Order: sequence, then C-alpha cells, then structure tokens
Amino acid sequence: MSPPPVEEPLERRAIISGIGQSAVGRRLGRSDLDLTVEAALAAIADAGLNRDDIDGISTYPGMGVGTPGFGGPPTPDVQDAMGLSLNWHDGGGEGPAQMRAVMAAALAVAAGLARHVLVYRTVTEGTAQGTRGRPGIGGSGGGGGGVPRFGGFMQWSLPFGAVSAANWIAMVGQRRMHEFGLTREQLGQIAVNGRRNAALNPKAIYTEPMSMDDYLAARIITTPLCLFDCDAPCDGSTAVIVSHRDVAGDLDHPAVQINALGTALRGRPSWDQFDDMTTMAARDAGASMWERTELTPADVDTAQLYDGFSVLTIVWLEALGFCGRGESGPFIEGGAAIARDGVLPLNTAGGQLSGGRLHGFGLIHEACVQLRGEGGGRQVVRPGGRVPEVAAVANGGGPIAGTMLLTRGLS
Amino acid sequence: MLRLLPRLSDDVAFYWTSGEDGVLRLLHCNACGFFIHPPGPLCPRCLSRDLAPKEVSGSGHVETFTVNYQQWIPGSDAYIIAWVSIDEQPDVRLTTNLVDVEPEEVHIGMPVRVVFEHADDVWLPLFTPEGAS
Repeated sequence: MSPPPVEEPLERRAIISGIGQSAVGRRLGRSDLDLTVEAALAAIADAGLNRDDIDGISTYPGMGVGTPGFGGPPTPDVQDAMGLSLNWHDGGGEGPAQMRAVMAAALAVAAGLARHVLVYRTVTEGTAQGTRGRPGIGGSGGGGGGVPRFGGFMQWSLPFGAVSAANWIAMVGQRRMHEFGLTREQLGQIAVNGRRNAALNPKAIYTEPMSMDDYLAARIITTPLCLFDCDAPCDGSTAVIVSHRDVAGDLDHPAVQINALGTALRGRPSWDQFDDMTTMAARDAGASMWERTELTPADVDTAQLYDGFSVLTIVWLEALGFCGRGESGPFIEGGAAIARDGVLPLNTAGGQLSGGRLHGFGLIHEACVQLRGEGGGRQVVRPGGRVPEVAAVANGGGPIAGTMLLTRGLS
Repeated sequence: MLRLLPRLSDDVAFYWTSGEDGVLRLLHCNACGFFIHPPGPLCPRCLSRDLAPKEVSGSGHVETFTVNYQQWIPGSDAYIIAWVSIDEQPDVRLTTNLVDVEPEEVHIGMPVRVVFEHADDVWLPLFTPEGAS
C-alpha cells in the first residue's frame, strides 16, 4: 500500500550542493576520523561554504556497528573534531540502506531543521582486515565450549556456515539462474563493465584490464559467485553537503536536486523469508521511488547501482524498471547496453567491484560527478552531446534497499 | 564442519532442541493456523498471542542453494547451504545445510527431509534428499 500522494515530494527542496572524497586505497593506514575530515572539508569547499555554515550532520551507520573498519566515526566525534555547531544531527544503521543518511538530511533541510548538512560514509575495512582477508559477518571461530553463542537474526544462518552476505546473495543468484536462465557470462558483465570504467577513475582499487575469460577463471567463493562478483574492501571517506534548494544559484557548478526517494520495504525484512527470492527489498524501494516522480526509467541518463555483489546490480536493474522482471541477463549480455556509450551507462567510476567498497556513497558521489559534467575521461556524453540530466542511484541488497533519483539543476 | 551455535534463549529454545526426539517443530498460531518463523510474540497474520510449537513432517523442498568454497572458518571443506521450504507452509524457509548429497546432484525443487545434527545442547535441522537412507 502506498502513502497518499503529495503535491510536491518534500525531498525536492533539497540539493546536493557539494561533494568530497578522501584518498581511497586498499590499506591507507589512516584513521577513519582523519579520512572523514579530509572528505568533509573538500565537500564544504566544493559547496562554496565555510565550516561555520554547516549546521547539520548525518552518517551511516554510526556508533558501534559491524565488523572492524565498517562503521566509520560516529557523528559526535566528527562534530567535535571539526568544531561544528549543529541544529540537527543524526546517524544510524537502520533504514533504506546506506543512503538513509542522505535521505534523512534531505528531509531535515526540507523541514527547516537545518540549512547545510554534512553527510558522510567512511570505511577502513582495508586496513582493518589487513592481510587476513575478508571476515564473515558473524566473526570466525570454531564451535564447542568457550565460543560465543549467537542470538538475533544471525542465529538462523551462522550455524549452517552461511556467515557472509556472499552466501545469501549467491542463493539469490542461483534462484535467478533457475527462474530466468541467468548465466555466469551475463553476470560477469557487471564485473567487466566496472573494471573497464575503473581504469578511468584515478582513485579506483583495481584498474588492470579484466576480460570475460579472466572473470570466468577466477576462484569460486560460493556458487555461482566468484572473487570478481564480490566488492573490494578498502579505506576511504565520501562526503556530500545537502542544502536547501534556494541556495542553488550561489553555486559555481550545477546543483544536483533530489527528485525522488525510494524507501519502501513491503515484504518481510528478512533474507530467507522475503516473498520473492529474486528481488527482495529493491523491488519495493524501486516501485516507491517511481510513485513519487513524473520522470520514468527512459529519462535516466546514468545509473549508479549498488554492486557490493554483482547479483545485487542486476536485481536493481529490474527493480528500477530499466528492463523487465527476469530480463536483466539478456539486457547486460555482451555489455553494450551498460557501457558508457550504451543506453544505460552503469557504475561509471568502476562501482564497488573495482572502484572499491565505499559502501553506497561512492555511487552517490559518481552520480553527482556525472550530472555536473566533471567526469573527465569517464564522463558520460549522451546522444547529441548532452551531459546527463537524470541519474538513478541505488544502495543495498536483500532486505535493505534505498534508491533516489537525482537531476541536474532545479526542476 | 565446525559449528557456530545459537543461544538457547526462552523464545527459541524449543526450536533448537526440537530434534532431540527426531521431530521438527515450528511455532504455530492456534487461532488461524499460521506457522510463525522465526518465532515471535504474536502471530503476524492475525495478531493472536495464542501460540505453541507444533510438529511438522520434516518434509520440504530446496528453493535455492549455494556451494560454499570460501574458508570463512579456516580448514573447512566445501559445504552446501540451502533455503528449504517447509511443505506444510512453503513460505516458511529454513536456512540450512544439505547433507549426504553431492553438490552436482542438488537441484532447485528437490524434495528433502530433515535430519538433525547434535552439537552440544543444540539439534541443528539439516536436510537430506527424500528417499535417501
């Protein structure tokens, strides 16, 4: 069931006025706070603002969440480090995926609770994991006496060795192979496309060329996913400034307006109990976004769709209506449709698979770069020489999903 | 394989120990007949609080699966993770392992039945192909 229609979605009162990103690397050995202030100061300067203009702050996921290197610094640490005086502050790990922090900021600005909100997402998973490789979500360790027991939702999967989101998403991929005939060669286009684009992103983690043969030869993590279907843990911080749209004219670059948010979760909030094993929450978030705008999938000039795992990207392609249900495999086959000169330029900075696991915010950053025409060698140019005017961004997978539509200039 | 085990808190202890007598039980709504999984304090369909564990046949079907090769837990061999639907109410799915079956023999839609692995004070519901010895 949808909420009642509104005359104008309030999120349109919000723009992304500035963007900034710290150094990004595999193991930078710097603190999460240090990276965050680097990104934040860059974003504030990009918006043409001063530190004293910032009166709001928001992040995902905030304090004490996740495995080491996952959470980034909590907002009080950033507020204090930067000497901010705030009218509004927020952080949390629940909501429509990582971009929930941007959504909250947009609504705060629209409601007049704040005027310029610093929103950031910081990861130091590369350094935290060191050379030990990627951990399972529940931590490692054997059974038997002295080992911690698990409650909450993890108790339903950890005892069976389903310890990573890779396992859960692999089962979505396997189900798609069964229902829709998805092939590994089709799925591999998400990774190959990302690598091709990453070569034009100076901050990307993996830039050496990767062919389909390279993809198919990679070691299997959990069938049908291979190493290159899983994103690359890294260190880095991304910040955006969310401002009221009435400052759009003050910027020295095009404002990026938030046209519509997609926030719904109408099915069960669960990996294994969600009604449709091929879509999950992306289905609901995507549908609810299009309910809030007069724009259509055909208007989208570039899509930056979450690729923590490649399967999630093809789920989003369908959830956002870029192709029909079950048709993402044929849509991406051969890779032409999602290339920079294709009908739907996808993950143009390399996504998380090759650009690095900046956890949703790298995709938000790249959507802004493309809409502002600042992509340099990877800038998307639409037929007729047009710079992209509409970008779709999606974060999350499984029971966690958020999406938004961004436009260049005010509508 | 090494097992990470659930905590036997009051709301779920019945489920994790149900296999002691070889029978799978799920929380069931006495008012509307709905099976509630994972267990909760009320029926999400009719909102009744008249709930009790109820035996099920232990028969189900493989809805999807993955063969895990990554050594999240060092030293582990490849193993099969699956989502198995319960025949009495197929929208209840259990994340589980398929055992006594080779990965290449597994397919979506395969009928399976529960077997229990006893670990410490827990009986983990695993599944094996229907008809296997």
